[in-house]
Amino acid sequence: MDSLLTLLKTNARLTADELATMTGLTAAEVAAKIVAYEKEGVIRGYKAIINEELADKNAVTAFIEVKVAPKAEQGFDDLAKTIMSFDEVDSVTLMSGSFDLAVTLSGTDYKEIALFVARRLSTLEGVISTSTHFVLKRYKENGVLMDNDNVDERSLMSP
Amino acid sequence: MIDYDKLIADKCREMKPSGIRRFFDLANQREGVISLGVGEPDFQTPWNVRQAAITSLERGKTKYTANSGLTELKHAIAGKIKDQLGVSYNGDTEVIVTVGGSEGIDIAIRSLVNPGDEVLVVEPCFVCYSPIVSLCGGVPVPIATRAEDDFRLTAAMLKEKITDMTKLLILPFPNNPTGAVMDRHDLEQIAEVLDGTDILVLTDEIYSALTYGGEHCSIVQIGDMQERTIYVNGFSKAYSMTGWRLGYIAAPEPLAKQMLKIHQYAIMCSPTMSQYAAVEALSACDKDVEKMRREYDQRRRWLVKALNDIGLDCFEPRGAFYVFPSIKRTGMTSEEFCERLLNERDVAVVPGNAFGESGEGFIRISYAYSLKHIMTAVERIESFIK
Repeated sequence: MDSLLTLLKTNARLTADELATMTGLTAAEVAAKIVAYEKEGVIRGYKAIINEELADKNAVTAFIEVKVAPKAEQGFDDLAKTIMSFDEVDSVTLMSGSFDLAVTLSGTDYKEIALFVARRLSTLEGVISTSTHFVLKRYKENGVLMDNDNVDERSLMSP
Repeated sequence: MIDYDKLIADKCREMKPSGIRRFFDLANQREGVISLGVGEPDFQTPWNVRQAAITSLERGKTKYTANSGLTELKHAIAGKIKDQLGVSYNGDTEVIVTVGGSEGIDIAIRSLVNPGDEVLVVEPCFVCYSPIVSLCGGVPVPIATRAEDDFRLTAAMLKEKITDMTKLLILPFPNNPTGAVMDRHDLEQIAEVLDGTDILVLTDEIYSALTYGGEHCSIVQIGDMQERTIYVNGFSKAYSMTGWRLGYIAAPEPLAKQMLKIHQYAIMCSPTMSQYAAVEALSACDKDVEKMRREYDQRRRWLVKALNDIGLDCFEPRGAFYVFPSIKRTGMTSEEFCERLLNERDVAVVPGNAFGESGEGFIRISYAYSLKHIMTAVERIESFIK
């Protein structure tokens, strides 16, 4: 991957000047490349990585395995598009293995999610079965550790 | 009451404790200190290397190895040197696996230095060379490198310090604390001075995997320098394996044979599990090393620019993971600067004079930290200067 993208993935708030210094490009080149990436859709957006549990004690996230009967011609795309149109849904991914679509969604409580799965998701045409797993604790997300007790074990100074 | 001071060997009593000890104690008394003071990588040892050590333990490989190390490892080391430098060593007779690069330095100096022998120490440098030379009754002769020369050793500086008593030149590049490197051309000039003399070279290349914008060059690659050189390297910096305590030396057999005697009596052999881990490191971690190097490079670029921007002049270091900015503009000595920075802004960096008198007027800043951590520390340094 382009080192510019790797850097942005770890910290999207680096300025064009800083990115230029770190990659050896000029600031103008960095800015142009970012615009191009945004246009091509390689960069889809910039957002903060938030520890949901700390931000909102009641927030609930679920990971749902969905088994699907694929339709002729469209395969899984049709149903995936329907599912991703719900605002509650954070991500939809087609998977290999024992189920087909991995759906993550967040809500304000367990009941809200359970109801969404029961009423909206499992009733969709083509859905054979669902299996809901609630997130209990996040340890690492987007390459970032989610707990604060990650201590540098090195001494403060060494030659 | 026993008067211990009277009983301690003179040469040990006279040995000064490391210059950073005092700062270490000061920093430890404070809470919330952000440090840019360490000389070891922040990355984890690659997992496959850790796994190789676990597997060796599970299989009960917990006995001594041969004094000079596992045959498999010694051959892998000779192979690595051949790959990277194009220079051949006999893995059976010219390689010794040591307890870190530090032990390699120790047995190299001890095997060579007679009382009165002069040892040229290129400064600023890592703290261990001169004390070991003194312990052997040798005379450390510092050669001060200068910021104007990008902290490289020049032929003129070297010539000036050579006498009839000169036994050994210690060449520590890429350099801790300055981050300086010597390229092929620089080393050729040094080789020319040494050619035809009986002066040996101890080249400490522990940071050789971490160079930026140019391939690492070793003095053993120049002419017939290999025959007068003891090459020291190790796993600590390249593979992020500081706590494993594993390094190695490569040297012509007549020298290796002598050093091996000291190693054999003092150490017996390097830790067995670390040796098995090192075999894995050499065979399967080139990608990890490159990934770490690239990240150091990004931090280095950011840091050099940021320091120059806030008014701490620093030349662009092309090796290791340190920058060595000048603080002369502030009018403070290195120690004053570091002590006040610690007390007033809770940032710990190392005073340059801890690495030799020629380091006075500079501070060593390590970038073996996450970029986020470095940015926070630099903000504090900026507010301190202003």
